[in-house]
Amino acid sequence: MEENNTTNFSNEDEKSKGSTRRNFLKNLGLAGVGVATGAAALYSGHIFEAKKEATGESKVLLTQDGKLVSVDSLEIKSHIKTGEELRESQGREGIPGRRWVMVTDLSHCRNARKCINACQDAHQLRPEQYHMNTLQMQDAPNTAPYNMPKNCQHCDNPPCVAVCPVDATFKRPDGIVLIENDRCIGCRFCMAACPYSARIFNWIEPKDAASHQGQDYNVELNVPQKLGTISKCLFSADRLREGKLPYCVEACPNGVYYFGDENEDAVTNGTTKETVRLSKLLRDNGGYQLMPELGTRPRVYYLPPKNRLFPFEEAKDATPEKV
Amino acid sequence: MTMDDNKLTFEKITADLTHHIRINKGFVIWMGFLTVSLLACLFAYSLQLRTGLGVAGIRDYVTWGLYLSNFVFFVAASLIGMLVSAVLGLIGMKWITPITRIAETIAVAFAAVAGLVIVSDMGRPERLAYVFIYGRPQSPILWDVTVIVTYFVLSLMLLYLPLIADMAIIHNSKVAIPSWLRSIYKRFSLNFTDSPEQNRIINRSIRVLLILLVPAALSIHTVTSWLFAVTSRAGWDSSIFGPYFVSGAFVAGSAAVIIAMFFFRKNYKLENYLTDLHFNNMGKVLATVSLVYLYFNINEYLVPGYKLKRADAVHLQELLAGRDALLFWMVQIGGLVIPILFLLFRRFRKPVPVLVISIAVLIAAWFKRYLIVIPTQEHPFLPIQHVPQNFVHYSPTLIESMITIAPFILVLIIITLISKFFPVIPLHETAVEKGAEHIRFE
Repeated sequence: MEENNTTNFSNEDEKSKGSTRRNFLKNLGLAGVGVATGAAALYSGHIFEAKKEATGESKVLLTQDGKLVSVDSLEIKSHIKTGEELRESQGREGIPGRRWVMVTDLSHCRNARKCINACQDAHQLRPEQYHMNTLQMQDAPNTAPYNMPKNCQHCDNPPCVAVCPVDATFKRPDGIVLIENDRCIGCRFCMAACPYSARIFNWIEPKDAASHQGQDYNVELNVPQKLGTISKCLFSADRLREGKLPYCVEACPNGVYYFGDENEDAVTNGTTKETVRLSKLLRDNGGYQLMPELGTRPRVYYLPPKNRLFPFEEAKDATPEKV
Repeated sequence: MTMDDNKLTFEKITADLTHHIRINKGFVIWMGFLTVSLLACLFAYSLQLRTGLGVAGIRDYVTWGLYLSNFVFFVAASLIGMLVSAVLGLIGMKWITPITRIAETIAVAFAAVAGLVIVSDMGRPERLAYVFIYGRPQSPILWDVTVIVTYFVLSLMLLYLPLIADMAIIHNSKVAIPSWLRSIYKRFSLNFTDSPEQNRIINRSIRVLLILLVPAALSIHTVTSWLFAVTSRAGWDSSIFGPYFVSGAFVAGSAAVIIAMFFFRKNYKLENYLTDLHFNNMGKVLATVSLVYLYFNINEYLVPGYKLKRADAVHLQELLAGRDALLFWMVQIGGLVIPILFLLFRRFRKPVPVLVISIAVLIAAWFKRYLIVIPTQEHPFLPIQHVPQNFVHYSPTLIESMITIAPFILVLIIITLISKFFPVIPLHETAVEKGAEHIRFE
């Protein structure tokens, strides 16, 4: 096409313009072909090198669809992942078939803060770093104050995950929102986006960083914590994998927390170990979510602070020191 | 205008617009001062690199502090290139010719440095490449990176294309410039000989760039505003944040251009080119964009203020009558309302008064970004409890302030270098417009 057009030009000016363009396109084409050829040569060289290293010993293997194939012994890789690699892929995939859910019964909380301590111990957190924090709430001047443990709500429509530029925080099929602190760039957009203030940041060297040096990173526990990265509640994904209840749920002395699987419609109280129907628990007690109007669809439910077991007391615990 | 333009010869114009291109004592002292200051600030940054973001005052609730409000300011200031060259240029305003390069220089400098500002806010700057390796298109940060790079490249090209003719004229002339600079001019003027064909190509390319610049510039500041507006926090959860930020950007940028114009006119003796007319017109531009910005401000505060939804009520209370009230009213009244009132009068659009007004506007514009970014984070939806006092209220540290000043020094260095080694006012275009009889190429 191009060829025909340019040869048909009668005007001298247009002709020269056309031929400049043709030359340009020709050069561009040549450059393109050159790059492609070079790349192909490099690639085939790479393949050849790889082949040269083969041992020549071949093994006969049975494939998944029942065929016998022969494969060079060097090409055989173990299909089973181990160590950090395994933990990372598991960490992204979650626990199959589960939809984890938490129910916090506000009528039982007296701000014992055992959940907070267990959580901070497990996740190597400083005193001012909370995955779980108990807040003293009062909704209106005439309503009664109450204690409200608040952790990551593991939203089904998580605003934090949406804004993360590098997929460092992600939503798993089993409902848990996790963080991979090997990936986090520390932009803190997720903190800005979270309406529940659930996320914390390692502003300074994490607690006992020196003694955790060289420890394998466990994405389901988010330890060791890393300077300049985000941390938050993980629903104790490491404990769930072992079939245990989360650290906070287990540590509560007052029966505040229920934890379980929405698919099974069953939650277990961490203190009494009693297992009850999730739907019945929420129905009978007027279960609700925090700020549902924001459309975040939390996986943490609250039971209202009625018929309280303990009178409300102002929190007396000391404010952590300045960092 | 006081003098008869037609009497300006080509030689006179060339001499006037190029006599500052030499390395003199003032330049060396100024650059030395900037370099030393920059090194001091870089030392502060090295501390942050070694020990983490904890050296700054930002903590878990106010997690975006000076660095981020500074970033917004830098993106804002860079938008002026689009307003002057593209908007005013494309609608056929002839008087902008001597200002276009100043505006483009400011745009290039601020856009380039904005990218560095945001890196200083990263907890893990060494993972910057992850944004490109693992980038997720859902995240507004990816959009921001894309549009800022695009805008920077367009602005750089728009700075360069009109310079081709100027560099050709100068390296062919007898103007005394350093020889290394002459060889740079020769190489980058691409054998320009002022032929009609070359001029046609350059003019068409500039036109295409100007048209592309409009959506690119609107995008950079709209996307930057979305870093806030995509969250549900009171004070950020606003559907007018895009135009609110864009109009505010024009205010900051216009003020920056006026300040630069004043400086170049005085120091480079350009009184015949940057005349009272230009200050008068830029004063009108500043008044116009300030009025538009005032309009968006009224919308932004009055509408939530009327409804007083719970979180909005806390936010507005703090802003209008609480902790941030003094700063808020100084910025709104001193940096917006009073400047508009003054700029309505011709006598305040003379160079000196308009300079003073612009300085006030620019300082207020910086604090305005502070007021947009920080107070919102001091009152999230759920109460801030059981944390140290410095988590509750943000106060910047010295190191943080130095790291915040560094980008300004860098911008001044870039503007100084560009304006010192190239004509501040487009030479070729001015010669053509002033009807200088023959542009000479030897």
